[in-house]
Amino acid sequence: MRRSNYDVKGLPGFFGITILCLVILYAPLLVVTVYSLNDSNSITNWEGFSFRWYVDVFSGPESQKFKIAAWNSFTIAIIAATAATTISTLAATAMVRGGKFKLRTVSFGLISLPLMVPEIVLAVATLIFFNSVGFTRGYMTILIAHIAFCIPFAYLPISARMQGIDDSYEQAAQDLYATKRQAFTRILLPMMLPGIISGYLLAFIVSLDDFIITNFVKGAGVETLPTAIFGSVKQGIKPNIMAISTMLLGFSVLLVTISYFVSKTDNKK
Amino acid sequence: MAGGAASGGSAATDTYKEARNWLLLPSWVYLGAFVLVPVIMMLIYSFLTKEFRGGVVWEFSTAAYDQFFFDRGLFGDEPARIEWTYITIFWRSIWQAGAATLLALAIGFPTAYFIATRPEQARPMWVFLITIPYWVNLLIRTVSMKFMLRDSGPLNDFLIGTGLINDPISIINTNFAVQLGLFYSYLPFMVLPIYASVERYNFSLSEAAADLYASKWVTLRRVLLPAVKPGVIAGCILVFVPSMGSFLAPDLLGGAKNFMIGSLIEEQFKGNAGNWPFGAAASMVLLSMVLIVLMIFARQQAKAEKEAS
Amino acid sequence: MKNLLKSGVAAMALVTMASAAAADGKVVVYHWFEYIPQELVDKFTADTGIEVVMDTYDSNEAMLASLKAGGVGTYDVAVPGDYMVKIMASAGMLDTIADGELTNKGNISPTWADPSFDPGRQHSIPYQWGSTSFAVNRDVFAGDINTTDILFNPPAELQGKINVLDSQGEVMAMAALHMGIPQCTTDRDQLKALNAMLLSAKENWVSFNSDTAKEVLVSGDAAAGMIYDGFSAKARAEGANVEYAFPTQGYIAWMDNVVLLKDAPNRENALKFMDFLLVPENAAQLTNWTQYASGVEGVAPLLDEALRTLPEANPQDGAGQAVFIEACDEEVQAVYDTIWTNLKK
Repeated sequence: MRRSNYDVKGLPGFFGITILCLVILYAPLLVVTVYSLNDSNSITNWEGFSFRWYVDVFSGPESQKFKIAAWNSFTIAIIAATAATTISTLAATAMVRGGKFKLRTVSFGLISLPLMVPEIVLAVATLIFFNSVGFTRGYMTILIAHIAFCIPFAYLPISARMQGIDDSYEQAAQDLYATKRQAFTRILLPMMLPGIISGYLLAFIVSLDDFIITNFVKGAGVETLPTAIFGSVKQGIKPNIMAISTMLLGFSVLLVTISYFVSKTDNKK
Repeated sequence: MAGGAASGGSAATDTYKEARNWLLLPSWVYLGAFVLVPVIMMLIYSFLTKEFRGGVVWEFSTAAYDQFFFDRGLFGDEPARIEWTYITIFWRSIWQAGAATLLALAIGFPTAYFIATRPEQARPMWVFLITIPYWVNLLIRTVSMKFMLRDSGPLNDFLIGTGLINDPISIINTNFAVQLGLFYSYLPFMVLPIYASVERYNFSLSEAAADLYASKWVTLRRVLLPAVKPGVIAGCILVFVPSMGSFLAPDLLGGAKNFMIGSLIEEQFKGNAGNWPFGAAASMVLLSMVLIVLMIFARQQAKAEKEAS
Repeated sequence: MKNLLKSGVAAMALVTMASAAAADGKVVVYHWFEYIPQELVDKFTADTGIEVVMDTYDSNEAMLASLKAGGVGTYDVAVPGDYMVKIMASAGMLDTIADGELTNKGNISPTWADPSFDPGRQHSIPYQWGSTSFAVNRDVFAGDINTTDILFNPPAELQGKINVLDSQGEVMAMAALHMGIPQCTTDRDQLKALNAMLLSAKENWVSFNSDTAKEVLVSGDAAAGMIYDGFSAKARAEGANVEYAFPTQGYIAWMDNVVLLKDAPNRENALKFMDFLLVPENAAQLTNWTQYASGVEGVAPLLDEALRTLPEANPQDGAGQAVFIEACDEEVQAVYDTIWTNLKK
């Protein structure tokens, strides 16, 4: 075995698999993008290049509906992911750094409960519950439900990450007269950041994607993107839905590019 | 620095023991009110009498569980035998979800590892690259997947064009299509937790192993894998459990010829059957199965921690 | 902490209530996905000043489930199919429209003024109607398609290439027509034969898809498939060489209806909405958009030319009867559920 220039991290084939992974993830989206530019009412036949479905999204009869739905979807996803990540970070700290305690297994069960109940059952149960306590269905009920089912998706990456962090760092900080709170915010939290970001992103996409529960608890007149587009998708995706999806993709790519360059300039300073 | 990370990543300690209950309170209160209470209501529903075409009558009944476990023939008047129908459906779901999880692990682990070994400022970009496709709605992604896979679709055109195959491979409406669909639905749920774990991994441990002439693969299996186990387990749970209850991929890609547990339960609430107690009972069986597995896993982890400390 | 939580819950409750209290002049419509053109909704609001608040569902049963889970009292009108009107009426979920409450009730065409599912139109008005049968790709099979054998005992060319709707009601009704037995039969031998027939027919089916019933025909995933008339017309428009069949054994008729729900919060506005839909111009605008058929008198001259000559709306001579799906009683429904589960286990 050569010791010089030995790259301990690199593993043969892993780069190839990553590329394969990205191809699998993006190939179906390529279809979406291509057909959003199709000058036809159907997605099955190609009838020439056109931007008319993009125009339709902004000025068609349903443009108002899509605008409001997009606003609702994003605000709900951001609030729900933030709340779920906060709750999960606190819970993970207790579960991983709280020593042994009787309710630990039960707490773990409770936190993973939203994951284990089939969505349709949680949807019906939540709806019955909201009705019996007198909540009127609307934006708030969607938000309440979304925070609940986002929690396990945020919790699992965060706690997995925390389990990998040795507590000697916090101990050292405390030896240097840091309070526990300081040890948490200055030492543990920054080290947990990749876990927290992973959890946040998962919660965000889970909320953004949810249809079943949202459709049951949303009430009349409130739409999120999935509920607004569901009907037209079910009857064979119309190109305007493809256009919306492509713009969503474009928007997210833009965000990523910006954050990439921002972080780059940060590092240079 | 050594102990925790190397011994199965179980760095559980009691730094925040005093604050424990306060830290857990938000999740207890929130999930207790908005998940546990509704689930308990469903548990009660599973022991009530069904109202014809949806709803319940408030009379105690075990009919739902009887229907689940016993077969009384087409007209319900034959002597009871063991009901294999629902066991078959459960088994099919476990199998499909398991295959999808393995597929996700096989692709997701190397991807997560690769991302975690990039230079630090490049990692967020890779993580975003994995999650961006999920900004597009699941239904649209699944329909596009169907478009890709069909006999006359781009995948087969490509394979035929390169001369790898002569006749299109029939993927659509097979079990494999379902597994592929589930895999595609939940891939980031595998990649991100593993990434978060590997990112934390101390590669000096691998170097030490290499110094002792362990090959890369042995190091991966013996040193890295135990250290990132929590992430791998989290990823597997996040892919396997939702796959069990999913019905979009089975319906659209698998042709819905056979019930999965998710579509069976959906049928009880949203379909012709309209048998809420039975739907609730099937959910409770599913819930207890998953719960038992998770509890065993939690117990074992606690045990491992005990041994480590 | 506790106080914080309490005030948090109180704030949530306030916000949810505030959103409900706003806007008096509205009508809350519980409707199918993609089943009313936005232009028509806007026209209603322009005419009456009443705002339309829309919520949508994707199946009759999903709507029923949501109403049973507490939706009654929050919606004014819904649009159930024929058999579902009967189910909802017998469950006491519908309000009665008294004589004279609907100005335009006389516009309902005589054929649809007294349907079996709502005698005397006490709770409902017609929305759209059409048929459900199946379409066959003529490039694959050129023979006689006007027989239910296509689905249940297919010729060699179509074996293993058939899509059926993932809907118990439609499949069971079609199977009953094929076997010449009554729907919801209580005869045990007939039910056993039905079970056996479906199990053997399934060998030749490739998929159960309702939502993509049209798409599988256009893409060629299936060479024949159960389908609604309007979907078949759209499949042809998208270039599929399919022909819609009117089997001699009979086929399924369906009619969606606007019903007045019990405890409707805006009952007056709901009646205005129903009256609006019964005006021939509005009904015609709707029908030209949905491509189905209207139950309102005087619509015919206002329809697009293409609609009148649509092959999917004009059965050939010798076509069988169109029948509505029946709502079975509890005992038979239990057997139907078992058969359906057997079929898909």
